[in-house]
Amino acid sequence: MRTELPVLKAADFASDQDVRWCPGCGDYAILAQMKKMLPSLGVPRENTVFISGIGCSSRFPYYMNTYGIHSIHGRAPAFATGLKVSRPDLMVWVITGDGDGLSIGGNHLMHAIRRNLDINIILFNNRIYGLTKGQYSPTSPLGKKTKTSPMGAIDNPLHPLSIAIGCEGTFVARSIDTHIKHLEVVLRRAAEHRGTSFVEVYQNCNVFNDGAWAYVNGRQTKADNTIELEHGAPLIFGTDRQRGIRLNGLVPEIVELGGEITERDLLVHDERAAEPSLAYLLSRLRHEDGFPEPIGVFRAVDSPRYDEELNAQLDAARADRGDGNLSDLLNSGETWTVS
Amino acid sequence: MAVATEAPLTSSKETIVLEGATVRFAGDSGDGMQVVGGQFTNTSALHGNDVATFPDFPAEIRAPRGTLAGVSGFQVQFASSDIFTPGDTLNALVAMNPAALVTNIADLEKGGILIVNSESFEPKDLKLARLDTNPLDNGSLDDYRLILVRLDTLNRNAVKDVEGLSSKLQDRCKNFFALGLIYWLFGRDLSATLRFVHAKFGSKPEVEAANERSLRAGWYYGETTEAFVHNYQVEPAQLAPGTYRNIMGNQALAWGLIAAAKLSGKELYCGSYPITPASPILEELSAFKHFGVRTVQAEDEIAAMCSVIGAAFGGAMAITSSSGPGIALKGEAMGLGMILELPMLIINIQRGGPSTGLPTKTEQSDLLQVMFGRNGESPLPVIATRSPSDCFEVALEAWRLATRFMTPVILLSDGYIANGSEPWLIPDVDALPRIPVSHPGPSTTDEPFLPYQRDERLARPWALPGTAGLMHRLGGLEKEDITGNVSYDPDNHQHMTNVRAERVAQIADDIPPQAVNGPSRGKLLVLSWGGTYGTCTTAVQRCLAEGMSVAHAHLRYLNPFPKNLGEVLAGYDQILLPELNMGQLRMLVQARYLREVVGLNKVQGKPFTVSEVVFAITKLVG
Repeated sequence: MRTELPVLKAADFASDQDVRWCPGCGDYAILAQMKKMLPSLGVPRENTVFISGIGCSSRFPYYMNTYGIHSIHGRAPAFATGLKVSRPDLMVWVITGDGDGLSIGGNHLMHAIRRNLDINIILFNNRIYGLTKGQYSPTSPLGKKTKTSPMGAIDNPLHPLSIAIGCEGTFVARSIDTHIKHLEVVLRRAAEHRGTSFVEVYQNCNVFNDGAWAYVNGRQTKADNTIELEHGAPLIFGTDRQRGIRLNGLVPEIVELGGEITERDLLVHDERAAEPSLAYLLSRLRHEDGFPEPIGVFRAVDSPRYDEELNAQLDAARADRGDGNLSDLLNSGETWTVS
Repeated sequence: MAVATEAPLTSSKETIVLEGATVRFAGDSGDGMQVVGGQFTNTSALHGNDVATFPDFPAEIRAPRGTLAGVSGFQVQFASSDIFTPGDTLNALVAMNPAALVTNIADLEKGGILIVNSESFEPKDLKLARLDTNPLDNGSLDDYRLILVRLDTLNRNAVKDVEGLSSKLQDRCKNFFALGLIYWLFGRDLSATLRFVHAKFGSKPEVEAANERSLRAGWYYGETTEAFVHNYQVEPAQLAPGTYRNIMGNQALAWGLIAAAKLSGKELYCGSYPITPASPILEELSAFKHFGVRTVQAEDEIAAMCSVIGAAFGGAMAITSSSGPGIALKGEAMGLGMILELPMLIINIQRGGPSTGLPTKTEQSDLLQVMFGRNGESPLPVIATRSPSDCFEVALEAWRLATRFMTPVILLSDGYIANGSEPWLIPDVDALPRIPVSHPGPSTTDEPFLPYQRDERLARPWALPGTAGLMHRLGGLEKEDITGNVSYDPDNHQHMTNVRAERVAQIADDIPPQAVNGPSRGKLLVLSWGGTYGTCTTAVQRCLAEGMSVAHAHLRYLNPFPKNLGEVLAGYDQILLPELNMGQLRMLVQARYLREVVGLNKVQGKPFTVSEVVFAITKLVG
């Protein structure tokens, strides 16, 4: 007999806990899109686990009616590793932030991505420490004045996607808290990818770093300052879609379409390129250098997954040597008998 | 294979029967002393002797050749009676070079057999060992039975006809020549080592042939040289009936973990980061994938610990193995494991500290670290193994406690136990007690699941992801009693703190009372824990035989203590507590029982000798 799975709605993924983020926080939008997207995957709630570290974003699991761990600062990918390899049947999400994931937890993020476990990592990037009330983060721009950088930050900022690609990431994407439709699509793509999905979400902290992403959010500026990536399509942007990105040797440049320059001259996005250099180049396009910042899927390639490989080794060992027998083990090697 | 069936070689010289003997092989790190020590141990165990070993090697893999820093040693005591230690003084020492001679000669008994490679005492060798004069001819070794062996030449002659063997590989066999000579000296059978040589070098026939020839040549040299007029025999020990094997501490621990997983119907997960002297556990477990053992070599100690919590949340038998510096890094995550109340094992193979300390040397100085090395009120059960074979049983017991009380359990071993070996009566697997583990089943009601609803042992349910209706969130924030929801309520925090403490304290009701060897009342109790077991046992036996009023209690359970420990202590006028630290258990015992305890403390990277403990006992009651 076949039992129909109940059709779940966004509300089914809401836990009974009050959400305690500041009013107006970008985290609400991400939570809403996650709850909206999850039912479409058809994965039962009980087979879904959210794991987070410490920080504002890391309260996320408490608000999901799934299994979850609110762990310790920066280490969520390591918890996810132990869980996923021993329970490959579960869908595992890691929720982290720019401080949690890139500062205290940078090492774990790097290794989770290079192992390519089949997990989804969502990094909420608000370019500030929110829960500790406003210190600069690893993604704060140079010169950023905060409580711990009163004369301006002098640490070179990290670019999350460049790191993910450098760590051999197989799925690397970016979205924005306020672009809710785009965000939902990117989250779904992340969930559907087999391997580690790494998604950076530009998220506004309206209390300690309000407007950090204003240039991609403003109705007037959005089209000029972002570029939506589409596999196989040329990189075109601008209010009138009249500008594009062209490669001059290894250097990207902005060109005006029309006249001698046509779409054929533009860089064409290939998210499936085996070689990650193009994706890396796109991850380097920064607003402060005058470029639109790409959003969407930078890279989506298939590669062996650590959890599957590890469990395949178990299967191979059993096929080769039979199921382990404890008595045989203890009596193996050189023994002697006293009567 | 021909070598396995041939009749054992027998000496035509007179044989003197000994009750036991202690031998040490000492040479350069690259001389293969650990290999021949292991072989001699195995052969002696197969001969039926009781054996105890003490491998001692530098932290550097290959320190500069011939230097004092590069000396590696392997000590074996073997006997026809029960023994508990690798021996205090040596009856025979093999020194492959001047550095090995200098660093080990103090441990050789007067009149003891000293076998040296006379061809490694050239001026440059003496200089490396910082010797001004040659000890072979300056009279400094007159107290010993010095046997000069031209080891390089004899060995090269033995293997010179092996085709395809470089001169470098020729010389590399000389450890087997020395082993062969010691085999002759103690009437040992070559066959187990020949099987080892075949298994290890079978794919390189010239290396196999060379090692076999060296081994035999060493034996024949003993038989023909006039330096020895007789050899020695140590008869089999009267061990309890059964099948035995020789086992090393870390190996027994790994096998105990595999057994505990089987006995509890769990699959084993090990998340570890390589660290001396714990790495062999991760290595050993990595080879047992057909037992369903998953090992992850994590990116660091913190990740290892965190991955263990993740695996425990998913329902695995999750363990991590490390040593003091790694445990320091794991501290925060161990606190999370404690407050999540999930079962897991944290294994600390202690080594010399602080900081990087003495990585390859033994110490017991992490007791207070594992007791208190976490922020906040964070009690965890702590149990300690006492000997290589005891590791198997302690692994089972640690996992039993972890699952029964839903808590991480800390298992302490040390470098001395980890690398030491002894005969082990192989248990009957069917007779091993099962470790019952249960998980709540799916729920169809709309009632929220209560992850912190406790049973009579104060243990909460181990609800696994994948179970419908039991979705819940765990976290490091203080949680409300019963519901597990985040709570900042002052009274709730007090209550939860009390419950977490009580949950660990009441384990005392579940463990056996503390046993005592010797009279239950008297002048002195020797109280010990961990790897000092063998030394303290032997020392107390000796003092009891001398008629002293002394007894011995060895603790396996360090937190909580056995319920009757206070009464046990009350039976004696004085308490002596030998430990390889500056008084850590002493501090805990004094604080708990308000009894003055006399410490015998040493941190020299070496275990106690029996005579050190006997001396301390004698000083108090002799």
